[in-house]
Amino acid sequence: MKRLNLFSELREAFAMAINAIAAHKLRSSLTLLGILIGVFSIIVVMTAIRALQGNIESNMQQLGSDTFQMQRFPAIRVDDDSESMDKYFRRKRFYYPDAASIRERATLAKSVGVSADADVGAVASRFRKTNPSISFRGMSPEAFETQNYSVAEGRPFVESDMSGSRNVAVLGADVAKKLFPFGSPLGEWVQFKGVKYNVVGVLEPKGSMFGRSQDEFMVVPITTVLNRYGRETSLRIQVQAHSQSVYPDTLEQVRGILRALRKVPPGEEDDFEIVSNDSLIKQFRTITLAVRAGAGVIASIALVAAGIGIMNIMLVSVTERTKEIGIRRAIGAKKRNIMTQFILEAVVLSEIGGIIGIVLGIVAGNLAAAALNTPPVFPWDWALIGLAVCSVVGIAFGTYPAWKAANLDPIESLRYE
Amino acid sequence: MPLIQIHDLTRRYVMGTETVHALRGVTLTIERGEYIAIMGPSGSGKSTLMNLLGCLDSPTSGYYELNGVNVAHMDDNDLAEVRNREIGFVFQSFNLLARSDSLHNVELPLIYAGLPSAERREQAVRALTNVGLGDRMHHRPNELSGGQRQRVAVARALVNDPSIVLADEPTGNLDSRTGEEILGLFEALSRKGNTIIVVTHEEEVAQHARRIIRIRDGLIAADEVNPNPRAAMKFAAGGTSMVAA
Ligand SMILES: Nc1ncnc2c1ncn2[C@@H]1O[C@H](COP(=O)(O)OP(=O)(O)O)[C@@H](O)[C@H]1O
Ligand SMILES: [Mg+2]
Repeated sequence: MKRLNLFSELREAFAMAINAIAAHKLRSSLTLLGILIGVFSIIVVMTAIRALQGNIESNMQQLGSDTFQMQRFPAIRVDDDSESMDKYFRRKRFYYPDAASIRERATLAKSVGVSADADVGAVASRFRKTNPSISFRGMSPEAFETQNYSVAEGRPFVESDMSGSRNVAVLGADVAKKLFPFGSPLGEWVQFKGVKYNVVGVLEPKGSMFGRSQDEFMVVPITTVLNRYGRETSLRIQVQAHSQSVYPDTLEQVRGILRALRKVPPGEEDDFEIVSNDSLIKQFRTITLAVRAGAGVIASIALVAAGIGIMNIMLVSVTERTKEIGIRRAIGAKKRNIMTQFILEAVVLSEIGGIIGIVLGIVAGNLAAAALNTPPVFPWDWALIGLAVCSVVGIAFGTYPAWKAANLDPIESLRYE
Repeated sequence: MPLIQIHDLTRRYVMGTETVHALRGVTLTIERGEYIAIMGPSGSGKSTLMNLLGCLDSPTSGYYELNGVNVAHMDDNDLAEVRNREIGFVFQSFNLLARSDSLHNVELPLIYAGLPSAERREQAVRALTNVGLGDRMHHRPNELSGGQRQRVAVARALVNDPSIVLADEPTGNLDSRTGEEILGLFEALSRKGNTIIVVTHEEEVAQHARRIIRIRDGLIAADEVNPNPRAAMKFAAGGTSMVAA
């Protein structure tokens, strides 16, 4: 006999919620603000990180596949106090013969590359001159592969470049374009700090990271660098494994060789860092996790505060609308209907704040990311999570006022003026 | 089977150490189609009786059968359903939802009855047209006169086709002319077979009913047929003529 028509009931409750919210615009907007801030803070952080993440992670593919690198300093430092910096500075450098020793003993390694960032300065051709911010690097032939450098034009270094410490150069894409705007740089001369180098190759562009080009450098043979800058030049040694499956064994083998070379006593920790694409990405994620957790804490505090605000407003609303509740009860509304109406009102209130927060958060997050030259993203998952959280806040903090409303005495309520 | 059977109904209010005996034992039978006035001075227990009849309240003791169903000990949920299906309330202060238009106010009982919206709308439009407000469907209460508001309330009371229309001082907030209009409406409804119970302290209003029950101090003092009920005055612009047959 009695049909349950939940949809009608919800629609009625929804219409009344909008009605009630519209009738108290100032009060409602103040309540919305809390929710808005909470949702905004989480969405803006998530959007910005999401936008940066893809960009950064692809740029972190600095090394070739199945490759790791040994260096004195950690790749990403979180603790920046001088004490821990001292520890790194006390470490022994890597020397060129180390690479040869590894190459000799590391039976699992496919190739061992050496590279160094030796200097920074301007490079000139017979046409033009760059600004003085070009990185001057030394590399062994293997390092082209271990560092993921692919040659677009010409050739990488060969053994005779090494043994002869020849003045040849491979140019980063930006440098090549800047110095030789009209034709191929191959066979031309470039000059760096008074020394001329014969251009034998040009690299594929790598793009930019954090808005900075990664193609503003020139490379010369590592032996040439060592001749010019001395044997103390800080080196990075990169090892490529034959495949993913032997990667862990290769890494362990090389670590053992290095410890022996550097005379690290057994039981003591390594006096060098081993980094890989994976470890870089992992470290980046650890750092963003802290940021995300921070945003989560701020958002939670804001949402709880907002929830209490909603509860407060709803309690006022229930008192103000005692008469309405009495009327509805008299004409047949059950307690459950009144509950639904007021909870839905709290949810709608909370969702309106949430939707505004999500929209503003995504816009602001993308603006922040756009400042660093990344394409816009729309974090659907976080938007949905935001909406769900708003519903939970609305339900959690709307239930008590709704329960109060539902349990008002109908006769008393009808008499209320 | 009578529409309402009440036996020895009592209602006490306990306030701290004091107990108010609002109804001390009321026994009453009401048949379908009756037009009854419940009379009595202020504080005699009229509203208490009406709240019990309207299933807004439960008696302290006694028996109440409505339409063959014992409602004296029903729970809150079931009472809400009975109110929705069997009772149409008309209050002294109209009790319309201020922010809703006439149509929505009249639709409200049907929403809680779970009717689909098309049916709801159709019935609400019919009920409003029947009280002569077919052209006031989208007016809010504050855009209507007192008499019109009360007619919206009557339409709302009737829209569910209830067994009883219960009116508590329905003319109390109206001038005598509009009061007469509403009484005319009741008269027409009564002629159509609706059961109407009007609670009032005004002799003139009571005289329109065909049976007058007088209450004093929570007891029935008199219960008699009104030999010649007063006909409501007819007005050119409204009144009885508004009720379609
Ligand atoms: N909720 C209540 N609590 C306590 N006493 C009440 C309550 N409702 C009514 N009464 C008392 O019950 C008696 C009857 O009241 P009521 O039914 O409202 O009379 P009437 O409608 O005839 O004026 C009065 O003495 C009144 O004070
Ligand atoms: Mg009264």
